[in-house]
Amino acid sequence: MKGSNLWVLFKRELSAYFATPIAYVFIVIFLFLSGIFTFYLGGFFARGQADLLPFFSFHPWLYLFLIPALAMRLWAEERKSGSIELLLTLPVTVSQAVMGKFLAAWAFTAIALSLTFPVWITVNYLGEPDNGVILAGYLGSLLMAGAALAIGASISALTKNQVIAFVVSLVVTLVFILSGFPLVLDFFSGWAPQAVVDAIASFSFLTHFDAISKGVIDVRDIIYFLSLTAFWLFANITFLEMKKAD
Amino acid sequence: MQAMIKIDRLRKDFGRFTAVDDISFEVNQGEVLGFLGPNGAGKSTTMKMITGYLPPSSGSVTVAGYDVAEHPLEVKRRIGYLPEGAPAYPDMTPADFLDFIAEVRGFRGKEKQRRVQDTVRQVSLEDVLHQPIDTLSKGFKRRVGLAQAILHDPQVLIMDEPTDGLDPNQKHEVRTLIGNMAREKVIILSTHILEEVHAVCSRAIIIARGRIVADGTPEELEAKSQWHNSVTLTLSPGKDSPEQVREQLEAMPGVARLETLPGHDNRLRYQLYPHAARPILADVSRMVHERQWEVEEMRQNQGRLDDVFRAITA
Ligand SMILES: Nc1ncnc2c1ncn2[C@@H]1O[C@H](COP(=O)(O)OP(=O)(O)O)[C@@H](O)[C@H]1O
Ligand SMILES: [Mg+2]
Repeated sequence: MKGSNLWVLFKRELSAYFATPIAYVFIVIFLFLSGIFTFYLGGFFARGQADLLPFFSFHPWLYLFLIPALAMRLWAEERKSGSIELLLTLPVTVSQAVMGKFLAAWAFTAIALSLTFPVWITVNYLGEPDNGVILAGYLGSLLMAGAALAIGASISALTKNQVIAFVVSLVVTLVFILSGFPLVLDFFSGWAPQAVVDAIASFSFLTHFDAISKGVIDVRDIIYFLSLTAFWLFANITFLEMKKAD
Repeated sequence: MQAMIKIDRLRKDFGRFTAVDDISFEVNQGEVLGFLGPNGAGKSTTMKMITGYLPPSSGSVTVAGYDVAEHPLEVKRRIGYLPEGAPAYPDMTPADFLDFIAEVRGFRGKEKQRRVQDTVRQVSLEDVLHQPIDTLSKGFKRRVGLAQAILHDPQVLIMDEPTDGLDPNQKHEVRTLIGNMAREKVIILSTHILEEVHAVCSRAIIIARGRIVADGTPEELEAKSQWHNSVTLTLSPGKDSPEQVREQLEAMPGVARLETLPGHDNRLRYQLYPHAARPILADVSRMVHERQWEVEEMRQNQGRLDDVFRAITA
């Protein structure tokens, strides 16, 4: 019964993307930007290397905008329309509702990500890439998207205004990306002890994602993304319990 | 038999504001309870606590023996709830929406289809089944909300302003629907339309500023009206002068007070109020006979719920 309710919620949420133009708009923008970043800004051809490093290295920046846009409606819309009251008085738990929404959004992102397969085909056509590294890149990208989605979903649970949800999630995601940015780390390493600098870097999407996308699959990087996701999903549940009233 | 719904010293604070203030009552099988009160009285807040949406600040709600705080899912399974404004997922069609609700309620396969079909028939949604809910008229949206609430044939049905904003025909339909389900369920509905109470409720609770100010059958509540058992009397002009008539009526032992109402064409119109709502119609009738006044109208008033409502919630 418990598991099956999660599945029912998941199905409804996922099909909701395709009931409106959201899904198609999102996928088109995602593919379009991936293309621009990879082939134009990333100098995919000029590099003359058979890998997808330029493709993946832009993903954090792509997600910085696209994931908050995807996540902003998750709870804010339910609050706005009042359907949250309906949802949470059905025989489902708050955690089922949170997981159902999150997993559907994640699955949707996975669909969008998998539609970049022509890039993979292209690089295999042009050269002989290490497909294991590319697969690791996709895995890392998906994990990072999950963490960003969990952030966006739980911030969306705090407001009925989708614009606010978007802006705040973007800022929080930016903080998580930037904390590994050389500029930020240099700023700290000038005066802070190395342990602090490492701690800041260890909170960064970039630090962990870079490692995975280069094909170095370290369990710690995977655990980082999964535990960050879990933390924000837990926050999501807490926010909902706390702020049901309005 | 144990009460189906038991509410004990329920209270809800929003910051320093107390929206629901120490409310207790019980509701039994077969009762249709009307929750009456002016806007902001705390009706919706109380319903949200009964359905497990809002946690109470203190006090408890028990539904079918289950405490809402301890066994929220057991309670939610037994309740059908129509929140204020009948929210639904606007991008879905009623068909998909009800299919989703049926699955969440644990129905699968043939049983699911049967439930959805029966409910659709019950609330007459056949014509709009495949149109996005967004595009439906208010009346149809409300029916979708009702369908969602009754699909699993719940023991307890809770409806927040089920007829608000509907036209008279739609109101009538919803009331008929409620009437048909009354016997085998516990129904609580909130409203600020008093005629509705007469139309569907077997009991009414009036709440104001978060407190219960009256609780009884619609008839019992009406009896609290100053109009209750008062007599309206209209006489054609006759041999007695208006002053004489008035004096004689006022002299009757059962009459506490007499009000002269405006009458056309020299007719005499009075409103006679009894002492302690004791019936005086028979006495008035006897007096009229004795004096051989010519009666155009003589009736005893029930008292109107509006008056009671206004008097105690003002
Ligand atoms: N989430 C909330 N935060 C603060 N005040 C609230 C909240 N919900 C309701 N109230 C207040 O509580 C009171 C009762 O509201 P409500 O139960 O909706 O009244 P009713 O349904 O009888 O019109 C109102 O004064 C309302 O402003
Ligand atoms: Mg209300």
